[in-house]
Amino acid sequence: MTFRKYLVLAGVTLCAAIGDSLLSRGMKDVGNISLRHFPELILAITNPWVALGILFLLGFFASYMTALSWADLTYVLPATSLGYVLLALIARFLLHEQVTALRWVGILLISGAVGFVTQGPELTRHPPREAHDQDPVSTRSAP
Amino acid sequence: MKHVYEWSAVLAIVLASTTGDVLLSRAMKQVGDVGRLYHQAGLGKVISRIVRNPSFLLGVLAMTVAFYSLLFGLSWGDVSLVAPASASLTFVANAVAAKFFLHERVDHRRWLAALMVATGVFLLAG
Repeated sequence: MTFRKYLVLAGVTLCAAIGDSLLSRGMKDVGNISLRHFPELILAITNPWVALGILFLLGFFASYMTALSWADLTYVLPATSLGYVLLALIARFLLHEQVTALRWVGILLISGAVGFVTQGPELTRHPPREAHDQDPVSTRSAP
Repeated sequence: MKHVYEWSAVLAIVLASTTGDVLLSRAMKQVGDVGRLYHQAGLGKVISRIVRNPSFLLGVLAMTVAFYSLLFGLSWGDVSLVAPASASLTFVANAVAAKFFLHERVDHRRWLAALMVATGVFLLAG
């Protein structure tokens, strides 16, 4: 794992947590939208918080796809789950919400899992012939 | 009857979300290391390869189904059950699907990590 790859994983984690928080903040301004007033959902993107949230979620998708291009799904998902912890910490320290003992146990479990999985290899190496069959357009063998 | 709707929604979310993740992962393995491709051929080539990949398009479709299933699930059932149950079960389902469909080597380290995250997410969101 290179520093650049750790940065991509951090990008997945941060963009998802920040994007969700911004969307949540913006939708509180917009209020409830029923299916009968569906066009209002389109107009919701004119809210600055929602628009910024969507930008961060686009950043999440780009970094998530980048990570999946060089790491296994079973590596990327646990390695980027710190976003759940980040959301709980934002709720506790910025929004001053109550975080119960059970939630702290949840935070410890997720943090432990992240440390645990990132110690292992990020990609399953398949035998060359199988890898070639699955990866016809790959540039991995290019100089 | 409410429980039937809630757990049907959870099942739909987990299935669609796992299908989406597996298809997106397969698509990106076929595209190859994005960083390397970007340095060799530029951003246009990277985007073109990704959006022309059938697995990518199907993956995005599956993710869209998962999103709308979540919306319906939240409108039918309690958020305190639907959101954590679907999020945590998706972690376990992804580990199973990655082993069988992507042929990833899911060793005891990764199984344990998936179970720890699934339990942690359930406790955090529950």
